[in-house]
Amino acid sequence: MSIKAVNLTHIYGEGTAFEQYALRDVNFEIEDGQFIGLIGHTGSGKSTLIQHLNGLLKATSGELYYNGENIYAPGYDMKALRSKVGLVFQYPEHQLFEVDVFSDVCFGPKNQGLKKEEVEERARKALELVGLDESFYAQSPFELSGGQKRRVAIAGVLAMDPEVLILDEPTAGLDPKGRDEILGQLERLHRDRGMTIILVSHSMEDIARYADRLIVMNHGEKVFDDTPRNVFRSYKELESMGLAAPQVTYIVQALRREGIPIDDSLITVEEARDAILSMVGLKTGRTEKKQNA
Amino acid sequence: MGIIKAVNLIFDYIKRDEDEQIEGVDRAIDGLSLDIQEGSFVAILGHNGSGKSTFAKQVNGILAPTEGTVLISGMDTRDEGHIWDIRKTAGMVFQNPDNQIIGNIVEEDVGFGPENLGVPTEEIWKRVDESLEAVGMTAYRLKSPNKLSGGQKQRVAIAGVMAMRPKCIILDEPTAMLDPNGRKEVIRTVHELNRREKITVLLITHYMEEVVDADRVIVMDDGKLVMDGTPREIFSRVRELKQYRLDVPQVTELAYELAEAGLPVSRGILTMDELLSQLVPYMKEHRICR
Repeated sequence: MSIKAVNLTHIYGEGTAFEQYALRDVNFEIEDGQFIGLIGHTGSGKSTLIQHLNGLLKATSGELYYNGENIYAPGYDMKALRSKVGLVFQYPEHQLFEVDVFSDVCFGPKNQGLKKEEVEERARKALELVGLDESFYAQSPFELSGGQKRRVAIAGVLAMDPEVLILDEPTAGLDPKGRDEILGQLERLHRDRGMTIILVSHSMEDIARYADRLIVMNHGEKVFDDTPRNVFRSYKELESMGLAAPQVTYIVQALRREGIPIDDSLITVEEARDAILSMVGLKTGRTEKKQNA
Repeated sequence: MGIIKAVNLIFDYIKRDEDEQIEGVDRAIDGLSLDIQEGSFVAILGHNGSGKSTFAKQVNGILAPTEGTVLISGMDTRDEGHIWDIRKTAGMVFQNPDNQIIGNIVEEDVGFGPENLGVPTEEIWKRVDESLEAVGMTAYRLKSPNKLSGGQKQRVAIAGVMAMRPKCIILDEPTAMLDPNGRKEVIRTVHELNRREKITVLLITHYMEEVVDADRVIVMDDGKLVMDGTPREIFSRVRELKQYRLDVPQVTELAYELAEAGLPVSRGILTMDELLSQLVPYMKEHRICR
C-alpha cells in the first residue's frame, strides 16, 4: 500500500510562450502510515504536487501509482481515489456552506452514496476525531472560532474515511494553541489509526516536531527527501531556497561553532534542553530523542 | 497624548434575526484603555477571537465603538466628518495580499489610494515613487502584481497604504499566508518604515519571532488588555502567555527551560546571541568531560 510517483512532470501552458515546469521528474514512494512534511517556498510546486496525489491535476508526463495501480490507466476509478486520498485545502473553512456543523460534515459521505445511518455515523466519528462534541452539531459553522471552523472542515474530509490525509498549511492564521490542537489531532490520527499524513507547512518548528520524513521542493524538483534531522543539517542550502531550519537548529550550530560538541541533529526545544543539561551534568530524562525521526 | 488613544472602549457584535430583532450580543472588546505613542512599534498578540482584529478595525474607523471613545490624532472615530482624515492617518494592511491588490500593474495599484483622495496627478506620481522606494519595490513598478511572490505583494499593499501618507499603519496578520522568506521581507520593511519614516506601526501577529524587535507588546484576551510591556518583560512570563493560548520564540523557551532547571540563564531572552553569551561560558566551565 503506497503512493508512488515516477518521473512525475507537470507543465503549465505547454506549447505556449508561458510554458513553465511546475513539476519536473519527481520520484518518490510514500509507504502506509508515514507522517510526511512537505516544504518549499511559494511557487516551488508543492501545491501542484499534492493536487496530483488525488487526481485533481493530471501529470503532463510520468506515472502515479496508488496501491500499485496506475491512476492514469484507462478506466481507473478517480472518484474512489478522491475519497481514499483526502485533501484539505488552505483555509478550508472558506468551503463550509451548510446551515449547521453536522450537515456540513455529512455532505461528503452523502455524495459517496452511503445510506443515511452510515453517513451520520461517519460524521459523528469524524467530529469526534477532531475534538468537537455534540454541543457543536446544531451550531452554524459560521459562528465558530477560526480554529473550530477549520476542525469542522477537516472533519468533512475525514468523514469520507480516507486512507491518506493531505493538508495544505492547516495551521495558517491560527493562534499558537489552535495550531498545537490541530497538529496534536493529526498526530493522534497518525498514531492511533495509522493514517498516512502529508503536511504542507511553512513552519519548520512544526515539521521538526511531527514529521518523520521531510520532502523539500524547489523550482518544481524534489531536492531533499530524508528525516527532518538530516534535512535541517543542510540549513544553508534550505536558506538559499527561501526556507529555513527551526530556531533550535541555529542555536545548536552556533554552540558547535563556539566549540561545544553538542549533537547537531537536535531539532526541538526539548531535545536541545536535555542535551545541554546532560552535558553540564544535570539529568532530566523527561523526553527521549524520538528514535524514528 | 498618543496618536491612538482608546478610553473604556467597548464593542458588541449584535446578531439579529430575520425581523431585525436582537438575537444575541457578542462582546468583542470589553473596556479597553490604551495609549499608543507616535512613532512607536507596537505588537498586539492574542488568540483567535481575543478582539485584536476588532480593535484594529476601530483604529481606522471601519467599526465605531459601542461605548467609550477611540481618538486618532485627537479625532473621534465616531465623528463621521473626520472619517476620511482618520483613514488617511491610519492605514490598514490585511492578511491576504490577493484581496488587496486591484491594479493591473504595480505602480497603478499604489496610486489608487491617492487618486481616490483627489490628489493632483503630479503629486500622485511623486507619492508612488516614494512609496515604492520605501518598501524596496521600485524595480517592480511596471510588473503585474500577479507575477509577484506573496511577500512582494504584501510590500506593494504596504506601498499602497504609504501613498496615502499615513502617520500610522495597522497590519493585521500580514505574514500569515507567506513563506519564511516572504515573512522576513515584510517584517524588515515594516521596521524600516518605522525607523526611517517614523511611521507608527501596530502589528497584529501569531508569530512570536516577529515581535521581539517591537518597542512594546500588548496581549489581549477576551476583549481586554491583559499584558503590556517590552518584549523582554512579556516573554519572560512564559506560563502566563501559554494560559492566553500564546507561545514564545524557541530561543526564549529554551532559555526559560534551562533557567527552570537551574542554569544561570535569564528568563526573557529574545535572541540567540543573548542566549549564547550566557550559556557558552557556563557550559565551557561545567562541561563533563567524556
